[in-house]
Amino acid sequence: MEVLTNGFLLGATYALLAMGLTLQYGVARIMNLANGEMLVAGAFAAFWAFTANQISPFYAVLFVVPLAFIFNWLVYRYLLTPLVRRAKSQGQLEVDTILATFGMSFALVGIMLMLFGGEFFTYSYLAEPFEIFGSPYGLNRVVACLASVFICGLLFWAIYTTRIGMAMRALTSNPDAASLVAIDVPRMSALAFSLGGAVSAVGGIMLSTFLTLDASIGVVFTMKALIIVIMGGVGDIRGAIIAAMVLGIAETLVASLIDPGLTLAAAYLLFILVLLFKPEGLFGRKAI
Amino acid sequence: MKQLTQLIILIGAMFFAGLSSAAEPIKIGAVAPKTGPLAGGAAITQWPNIQLWAHQINARGGLKMSDGSKRPVEIIEYDDRTNPAETIKAVQRLATKDKADFIVAPYGTGLNLASAPIFAKYGYPHIAVSAITDKTGELTKRYPSMFFTLGTTTAFASSVVDILKAMRDAGEINNRVAMVNVADAFGIELADSARPIFKAAGFELVFDKSYPLGTQDLSPIIKGAKAASPTSFVAWSYPPDTFALTELAKIENLDVKAFYTAVATCFPAYAGKFGASIEGNLGAGGVNPDAPELQDYYKSHKEVTGKDADYWAGPVTYASLQVLEQAIEGVGNTDRAAVTQYIKDNSFKTVMGDWKFNNQVIDQYWTVGQWQGGKFYGVGSTGKAGQKKAVIKKGW
Repeated sequence: MEVLTNGFLLGATYALLAMGLTLQYGVARIMNLANGEMLVAGAFAAFWAFTANQISPFYAVLFVVPLAFIFNWLVYRYLLTPLVRRAKSQGQLEVDTILATFGMSFALVGIMLMLFGGEFFTYSYLAEPFEIFGSPYGLNRVVACLASVFICGLLFWAIYTTRIGMAMRALTSNPDAASLVAIDVPRMSALAFSLGGAVSAVGGIMLSTFLTLDASIGVVFTMKALIIVIMGGVGDIRGAIIAAMVLGIAETLVASLIDPGLTLAAAYLLFILVLLFKPEGLFGRKAI
Repeated sequence: MKQLTQLIILIGAMFFAGLSSAAEPIKIGAVAPKTGPLAGGAAITQWPNIQLWAHQINARGGLKMSDGSKRPVEIIEYDDRTNPAETIKAVQRLATKDKADFIVAPYGTGLNLASAPIFAKYGYPHIAVSAITDKTGELTKRYPSMFFTLGTTTAFASSVVDILKAMRDAGEINNRVAMVNVADAFGIELADSARPIFKAAGFELVFDKSYPLGTQDLSPIIKGAKAASPTSFVAWSYPPDTFALTELAKIENLDVKAFYTAVATCFPAYAGKFGASIEGNLGAGGVNPDAPELQDYYKSHKEVTGKDADYWAGPVTYASLQVLEQAIEGVGNTDRAAVTQYIKDNSFKTVMGDWKFNNQVIDQYWTVGQWQGGKFYGVGSTGKAGQKKAVIKKGW
């Protein structure tokens, strides 16, 4: 039970960091390799709120969400739209955006290095035991897990019940057909991309309460998010959530029952198995 | 006419001003991570000390040459992105393109070892600090201009065991030790050398596991260690895991009498994050923060760089730069072979006390430190003065 709870907490954390990329890749079709940097920026905002202003890092959400949304909208509008326009096919767009955002990730690391310095940023917040089924867990992890459940739930609700959500789903399954039924594809894509960036930044705020980060650690989170998004099936938030849970629980099981040294191996083994037997991902559809 | 006179005076003044600042700066190359996994450590231990050192030398006019002139230092920085190939390229570039007079040793064991051949090839003295290995004998023989200052793997491992042994002999702890390590060259090497030493000292490793670098959830480790009910916990860890293991041990209330985490335990951020709850925590390194020369160092570090220095490799990095400084002034010019020879032959006054290289190695160094009353005191060393006695940890 203890192992499962722990795995669930870790899985929720993973879901949090993959949710932004799911939106960006699934709907806007941008494989954003600078996604992790957005997360680190959010984490830094929380760190700054806590250490410089002595307020709860969660207040950072109030200014991080609009800022991240605007920043990502600008990135999409001015950096990525030209690529989207000239791309003749889905494949070409993916290659172009991978290269562009890969470059962007270096630029962002450089900017953050200049702004925040290269040191670790770490602080203690809600680092107190919280009992679930009689064993202690870090309260900050539990809170991050709840936030993850809330954000996933909100996105789930938005995508499966609202009109905008329906448009986004249409975009995911077929961008060309979507434009035929009067969906403003560029605007919808920009919205999904910006929303994805904002969600990643919120993920960063949550993670910063229990992880030690520095300006150049973003790539670690991008990699993890990439694995989860691809495992879950591109563009399906249900798939991403389930993939994150599977990964979290599998890693914790391996760490607790076999050997903590094998967690990475277990994660990649799962990834390979999914790619081998269901290359389109757990919830993905075959490409059209 | 009046204007002309003014003009002449002005030109004359400019000429003389030009003359007095004509001393060409000594170019000092610096290669270390600003990004990548080791960037966080380098931002505390390496870069601020280079900044402090250059600032202090230039503030007093520069390094004194044998002809009586003073030459300021100019730092040329490169980010190696924690990638050995980049370190090598940057050192090469500094030697051939920038024509640096001297190069500060890189940061991290792997990056120092990777670039050692290039330092040797171009004849640069290579005073390695953040490099801990048991192969110092072999390496100094192969590279006659390489120096080591921070210690060896075995010394670090056996020092920890010695401290635990003393506690056990005093009846404060029992034989049960939980040991974990980060699965990276540093952690693996330390765990491998600690295992037989623990065994020989009669300790029982009731929990002995490794975890991959960058693991995001270490709670299975702490839960596993707790279940094995040890009285001592030893982690050969890197900064992010040092922070995470400590936080989790606190949350899980891992009730051990000796709690050791390796790198970053000596960082000011560690005390900043955990406050008084880390009283009694053991970690790699340590200094004697009460020594007057170190107190001056901490003060000027804060003033010049705006942040607090760490309690281990930071001051040692600064000391290694003092060695370079005193050797250049001792020789009186920038002849690298002469400076290297000077380092071998002379002793140096540094913030870490008097240093004399023995076969290119400093063999008196701090190995274990402990947080006692808000400062990180050296409690284990290979013969350093001012060592404190390690005490047991009394809860979180």
